[in-house]
Amino acid sequence: MADVTLRKVIKRYDDVEAVRGIDLDIADHEFVVLVGPSGCGKSTTLRMIAGLEDITDGDIMIGGDVVNDVPPKDRDIAMVFQNYALYPHMTVAENMSFGLRLKHYPKAEIKTRVDEAARMLDIVELVDRKPKQLSGGQRQRVAMGRAIVRNPKVFLFDEPLSNLDAKLRVQMRIEIKKVHQKVRTTTVYVTHDQVEAMTLADRVVVMNHGRIEQIGTPNDLYHNPATRFVAGFIGSPAMNFLPCRLEDVAGQLHIRLTDRIAFPLPPARAARYHGLARNEKLLLGLRPEHITEAKVHPEPGIEPFDAVLDVTEPMGMETLIYFTLEGAQVCGRVNPNAGARDGGPLRLAVDLNNMHLLNEATGAVI
Amino acid sequence: MASTIVIDKAAPTRNVKYGSMSRDRTWALRWSYFFLGLFAIFSLVPPLYMLITSLKGSAEISAATNPWWVFHPTLSNYIELLTSNQYLRFFLNSAMVSVFVVTITMLISVPAAFALARMRFWGSATLATGVFLTYLIPDSLLFIPLFKMFAVIGDWTGIQLINRWYVLLFIYPTLTVPFCTWIMIGYFASIPKELDEAAIIDGASWFQTLTRIFIPVALPGLIAATIFAFTQSWAQFLYPLVFTTSTDQQVLPVGIITTLIKGDVFNWGQIMTGALLGAAPPLIIYAFLMDYYIAGLTAGATKG
Repeated sequence: MADVTLRKVIKRYDDVEAVRGIDLDIADHEFVVLVGPSGCGKSTTLRMIAGLEDITDGDIMIGGDVVNDVPPKDRDIAMVFQNYALYPHMTVAENMSFGLRLKHYPKAEIKTRVDEAARMLDIVELVDRKPKQLSGGQRQRVAMGRAIVRNPKVFLFDEPLSNLDAKLRVQMRIEIKKVHQKVRTTTVYVTHDQVEAMTLADRVVVMNHGRIEQIGTPNDLYHNPATRFVAGFIGSPAMNFLPCRLEDVAGQLHIRLTDRIAFPLPPARAARYHGLARNEKLLLGLRPEHITEAKVHPEPGIEPFDAVLDVTEPMGMETLIYFTLEGAQVCGRVNPNAGARDGGPLRLAVDLNNMHLLNEATGAVI
Repeated sequence: MASTIVIDKAAPTRNVKYGSMSRDRTWALRWSYFFLGLFAIFSLVPPLYMLITSLKGSAEISAATNPWWVFHPTLSNYIELLTSNQYLRFFLNSAMVSVFVVTITMLISVPAAFALARMRFWGSATLATGVFLTYLIPDSLLFIPLFKMFAVIGDWTGIQLINRWYVLLFIYPTLTVPFCTWIMIGYFASIPKELDEAAIIDGASWFQTLTRIFIPVALPGLIAATIFAFTQSWAQFLYPLVFTTSTDQQVLPVGIITTLIKGDVFNWGQIMTGALLGAAPPLIIYAFLMDYYIAGLTAGATKG
């Protein structure tokens, strides 16, 4: 068990900078997920921690020791790959014990560890099979087993669930969480799936263009995103961004979306945004759940307006609605009984207590 | 007649004829079998003729009878050859050369292919192409310079290699190593990158990754390469003809020609028998390892 620290880590391929100076502190026992779109540098970062890629500049420390020039086998890490990377000619037990056999562990010890890991992952009856006789989910378990038996300082997961179907992915997500609760090994997990990131992580690291956009707990990122990228990346359906500007109407701060639509800001928000220039181009960030059907009794900060829906998507528990506002498509979530239908009008309400205001030019959340 | 119509109406209408696709397929299959049959006859007639001739005595071979039939079958050719020390010597020389060449080839080409396919050092791609290009130089171009080279080595060091069967152990690998390396590069390249990364993280060295992961996983390719190297060295003719002259140093293909053809006298019965017996080892090996050979070649071809 160990903490992992990255200091100004840079990775350059010829003239392309894949990772542009990353600082990251991962505490002992922590489960950290690196998430971002493809090409954001998350896998490269993981591979640098593993030692499979050299770092161009900066320092990587595992357990307080700088490991920049330490080969992978001496870093005491275990890695789970997207395509499982099981050795096809070995049985499950041989796959899991390969690392221990290379290190000449006593046979009894190897057997104990393999049995224990197999029990934990519920693959006891599979230990004598070859990988090709296993399903995708079972292979993934074996790959995890191979990591667990080594009892390493750090687990590294590189998009381990991407090759599984949706249902199995949900199941394996829970399995991974359970395993981490049992073994408590420091874990760095890479995924492009924000749901995976949110559900698994103690802390999520959102990456984009080789940089860290924001680090925080899943709830923190969801409710207090720092940038437009994070606000749009975390959450599904994604947050709506509406061009807007601030306006003073009868001494009260309003947010104007269109010529027809302007909402008074609730007092707490008005105080926060008071100092902003009135002509600055801004974006109103609203999550779909904060655009709902209008209630009969209005509440403070919840402002009604009328819209004509383009499309509705009944999900059972709720109905997703899509409408156009000043050329931008907006998504909202309404009660299935709210009377939403394709092409029909509906009185909606926005919850400005949960709004975000962004600078359109910089993308920073204000 | 009327009842037929009623039945037709009751049953769901369905076209029982083959579609145009399957008709095309049928014709394609017929043509395939026609040409495959032609090809089989073409390639099987010579060995059959060899077998027939090997069972005849000299008198019957030179007699003007039906050459495709044995009237007085005899095993005398077989008995004479298999009791002749000379022929057995050729056989032994061929076997020794082939086994050693296969071993040498594998010891060089497998690590070479692994290094070229995986270790990604500066110039590795160019070197890999270069290895293949050396295979394209025909032996008829090389044998004179090679002969000169060994002669010079003999003059300088006093180590006489010409007219020794083991000189072939230096020469054959110039043919087998490039081709086997090329096959193995293709095969190793088809192994997912993550597999060696997993092995490296598990603590394996490059050498352990090769011996414990790559060689077992690429076994079909390895067998294909082995068969190729064996067939190449077993059937070599030009090099042993040039480099070995004494009968006790000669290998089978050369030995048959030099000892069974005396001036303009061709001992056809024994020549055919000798060739037939000489073809047996590769034939047996192919029969057992055919599936591996094909699997190995195609994998190397499509993913190399």
